[in-house]
Amino acid sequence: MKKFIVAAALCALVAPAATAGGVSPETLQKVFASSWKEPNAKNPEGAKPDWASRLVQDNLQKACSQTHNNVDKDLAAEIQAAAKASVKYPEDGKLIGDWKKGEKIAQDGAGLRYNDKVDAPSGGNCYACHQIDKKELAYGTIGPSLAEYGKLRDFKEDAIKAAYEKIYNAHAVVPCSNMPRFGAQGILTIEQIKDVTALLMDKESPVNK
Amino acid sequence: MAFRQSFAARALSAAVGLGAALGIGFTTPAAHAEQDASKGIEEYRKMMAADPFSNPGLLAIDAGEALWKKARGTKNVSLETCDLGKGPGVLAGAVAEMPRYFADADKVMDVERRIVWCMENIQGLDTKDIVKKAFSGAGQDNSEMEVLATYVSAQSNGMPLKPQLSHPKEKEAFDIGEALFFTRAGPFDFSCQTCHSVSGTRIRLQELPDLSKPGKEAQLAVATWPAYRVSTNSMKTMQHRMADCYRQMRMPKVGFGSDAVTALVTYLIKQAEGGKVEVPALKR
Repeated sequence: MKKFIVAAALCALVAPAATAGGVSPETLQKVFASSWKEPNAKNPEGAKPDWASRLVQDNLQKACSQTHNNVDKDLAAEIQAAAKASVKYPEDGKLIGDWKKGEKIAQDGAGLRYNDKVDAPSGGNCYACHQIDKKELAYGTIGPSLAEYGKLRDFKEDAIKAAYEKIYNAHAVVPCSNMPRFGAQGILTIEQIKDVTALLMDKESPVNK
Repeated sequence: MAFRQSFAARALSAAVGLGAALGIGFTTPAAHAEQDASKGIEEYRKMMAADPFSNPGLLAIDAGEALWKKARGTKNVSLETCDLGKGPGVLAGAVAEMPRYFADADKVMDVERRIVWCMENIQGLDTKDIVKKAFSGAGQDNSEMEVLATYVSAQSNGMPLKPQLSHPKEKEAFDIGEALFFTRAGPFDFSCQTCHSVSGTRIRLQELPDLSKPGKEAQLAVATWPAYRVSTNSMKTMQHRMADCYRQMRMPKVGFGSDAVTALVTYLIKQAEGGKVEVPALKR
């Protein structure tokens, strides 16, 4: 992990600030500070517990931004290793939850926006980018189709684990993936990730019918 | 009055036509259904091309003109001497060359930011409430900013977007805008690039323009704000488009007319260079 942080910091120095014109991180931070005002009692909009941290990039975000998601082989390996290390598993070891709940999570696009309730659970909004259950026609195409996901993988144990890990932290599979780190960033709970894993990998899920 | 009535009748028939076109989406096979939402809008556009008066956004031009010419503020004057970059009061073609650097404000400004500046400095108007209500909500009338931006933007209709990048601050705004376009942040790690860098992709059924490179997609997407949004039955502006993307990206609320939004708009206008201004366009 430490090694990754060092590598990312190094990248920030070495990468010819992929941003044309060489906008320095300081300039960007200044723009962030002046353009997103601190929420307060008079301006509660946007007041989430992690509000301030959203305006500061972490090392992964920096590395992927500066390279426009095209990290070199070495950094890709570092990112992948750090992402794999970030994955937490359910205590009982069961990776498959309730596919019906998983479908609801996949449909739900709410959560973590400044107009969403602070304590309400977030959805995964999977259909925004993926085809999943073929009966749902309103699906996006930024990510690959996940139709028949489990069936195509013979419902194998290692495929279940891979799906869980991919949802938990997609960078464990594709460094600088477009997909949010649903587990590592605390967007979804472990229970919710189990439910979405079930949607993909349960034999009874409509995804595999 | 006769115009209003005929407008209402035409808008209604166009809306019914759209509803029918969208409705078909639920009864046709999957392969067709997924494209029907955008086809419905396309139908609606064609009907409007045949009968331009059926665009409900046209009312915003009239309302904007009236507001532009109304004396207000502590100085009790109208906005008619506002300089949008081509001289005080010159509207023709001005918005097609914005954002640009304004020496009087020592800032790069897009049309909406500039209108606020003119309200404050020419009219002596307190803009706090106007800015707060810049984006109309569901079921509300168009806001002052929406109608004013629509009116002045429409004075550039048919003219190609001409990015202004000769002043160092304009160049800086472009560079910052480009950097912001690729800046991943927030709990979802999203940047503009996440959704707008691959041609032909969609979120749910909404088609996404590729804004990461210059070309037709950027031209069509960028040169058409303010637009009448069918989904909200109201005018929406470029400032709103940027703010609502950042909301969906799970970022905190970005400031209206802020440096960040101005920079992004400067970058997007460059990608859309040459695109013909078409306001008010019709969008989903």
